[in-house]
Amino acid sequence: MNLKNKLHRSVYNRKGCENLQAGPKLWSKKAKNISSSWYFLIIVILIYLILFILNQNLFLQSLNFFYKIILKIIPIFAIVFILMAISNYFITPKFIIKHLKEKGIKKWFFVIVGGILSAGPIYMWYPLLGDLKNKGLNYGLIACFLYNRAIKIPLFPIAIFYFGLKYILILSGAMIIISIIQGILLNKLMGVKK
Amino acid sequence: MKNIKDKNLMKKSIIKSAKSLWKSFPIILSTILLISLISTLIPKTFYTTIFTKNIFLDSFIGTLIGSIFAGNPITSYIFAGELLKQGIGLIAVTAFIVSWVTVGIVQLPAEATILGKKFALLRNLTAFIFAIVVAILTILILGVIK
Repeated sequence: MNLKNKLHRSVYNRKGCENLQAGPKLWSKKAKNISSSWYFLIIVILIYLILFILNQNLFLQSLNFFYKIILKIIPIFAIVFILMAISNYFITPKFIIKHLKEKGIKKWFFVIVGGILSAGPIYMWYPLLGDLKNKGLNYGLIACFLYNRAIKIPLFPIAIFYFGLKYILILSGAMIIISIIQGILLNKLMGVKK
Repeated sequence: MKNIKDKNLMKKSIIKSAKSLWKSFPIILSTILLISLISTLIPKTFYTTIFTKNIFLDSFIGTLIGSIFAGNPITSYIFAGELLKQGIGLIAVTAFIVSWVTVGIVQLPAEATILGKKFALLRNLTAFIFAIVVAILTILILGVIK
């Protein structure tokens, strides 16, 4: 079975589009991802242990730096968690897909909003976008959707904490504009007719 | 009946969010640990040798690094935010944040298989170029507004 079929099966073998959690194949892939990130943490901890043996002063300085960052970002994580829960409650993939089927200029608007509101890993969306492509969603709109996934409202508190509200608003605005330009450009490059 | 459904949906949403954050937990913790180590080990003057304050070169380097890495955007914010404090220019940091999510070298095979090779290549290539454009545009607008 090729990769395309595997991904399609893993996403569609649940009831409709309501729950986009993947099937066994993707779960095993996810499990691998999870373990690899834990392995990464273990490696970093080992580096710290080596540093502790070699230079205790540097070890303590690094740990102090780490402690200061953690202390600052914990309250922001609480806000991020609340925003994520609210977003997951109100915005389901079914809701997004329904609006991606709009027509005309509205389509661009809903593709941008859909991209911003969509959650979950990007590979989860490929099969659905592939399916929508077969149903008439053009390449430019798909690219626009994928580009806008970079704007994550629930993560705004942490972004504002580091870069400020003005910067985040300007960056988001610039990204929305560029996403449309990229969409139009891709339609031209892919030879999509109006 | 509707209340029970709503409660279940809310419970599911909370669990989903908790799972999502928990999944990011080891990588976020590793990132902060590494940043702390880098900040202690590497002097701030080192970054000035890589990032020369040339807007094109800095945004290109930022985009290149962001394109190679992949993961939850929250990690990129923490990583980029801490690097900014270390003295790396906002333009490089912006290009890094944008390309982290818009360019997907790791996901390229899956994207190419489902959405087409030509589309996946063109989308990632244009996203790479546009990450530089967005970084320059954002910094220019920010400079004008200031």
